[in-house]
Amino acid sequence: MKAHLTRRYWFAASHRLHSEVMSEEENRRTYGKCNNPYGHGHNYALEVTVSGSVDPATGMVCDLVALDRFVETNILEKFGHANLNALAEFRGAVPTTENICTLVYDVLEKGFRPASVEKVRLEETMLNAFEYAGERGLRI
Amino acid sequence: MKVVYLTRKAEFSASHYYHNPAFSLEENQRIFGKCNNPNGHGHNYTLEVTVKGEVDQRSGFVVDLKDLKETMNREVLDAMDHRFLNKEVPEFKTAIPTTENLAIAIWKRLEGKLKVARLHRVRVHETTDLFVDVYGD
Repeated sequence: MKAHLTRRYWFAASHRLHSEVMSEEENRRTYGKCNNPYGHGHNYALEVTVSGSVDPATGMVCDLVALDRFVETNILEKFGHANLNALAEFRGAVPTTENICTLVYDVLEKGFRPASVEKVRLEETMLNAFEYAGERGLRI
Repeated sequence: MKVVYLTRKAEFSASHYYHNPAFSLEENQRIFGKCNNPNGHGHNYTLEVTVKGEVDQRSGFVVDLKDLKETMNREVLDAMDHRFLNKEVPEFKTAIPTTENLAIAIWKRLEGKLKVARLHRVRVHETTDLFVDVYGD
């Protein structure tokens, strides 16, 4: 029987929304306060949902320690207490929560093997959240 | 293209009561229980609106959050926050303002009002223990 498992993580990071292809005025109009040149930060809540058959021996979809280690090494250590604009991952891309969310999904999808990556959900504030489930989209 | 789902939350407070004029008083009492009290009672509702769309290559946005917030305020919160749903919101002149009907009414109010992204889901929490999802089908 297949089961879905969701684990929640946190990281704090700063960013500035500013697109190189837009004029100063268009940047200000598009991003408003988020275009402030010195940047600003958020406490991001990251939810990773993985799925797989429940191993009859362990009763688990995958070893949570393996998931924690992967997310810690590949996401939290890079993004936590960092300025996202300064990271190589966001060179040429604006670090909107949409772009962070798809990037985290792609990193997990490419590198995490013990279970299938179903979905990444990223909360920027208490009032907004972004979800990405790859090509197939959210099933509900 | 990458399709991303974005959810925006909002809170509103409203009162309501459940009563179907086609039922007898006894039936209304039996089916709706405490919720049938004609003077109404209230909830702090939490509304979650999920939209889906492709990430715009230039802005990195699915939808302008400010636009979405303004649309939710204009179409839903201005009409329902601090209102008696049965008496002040036109949809509930005929429909019973259950959380199910509330979610459907909100879907209909928002559908077609979003400029860029498509409406994916409307979730209405009546309490922290109860919520209803509508996908428009």
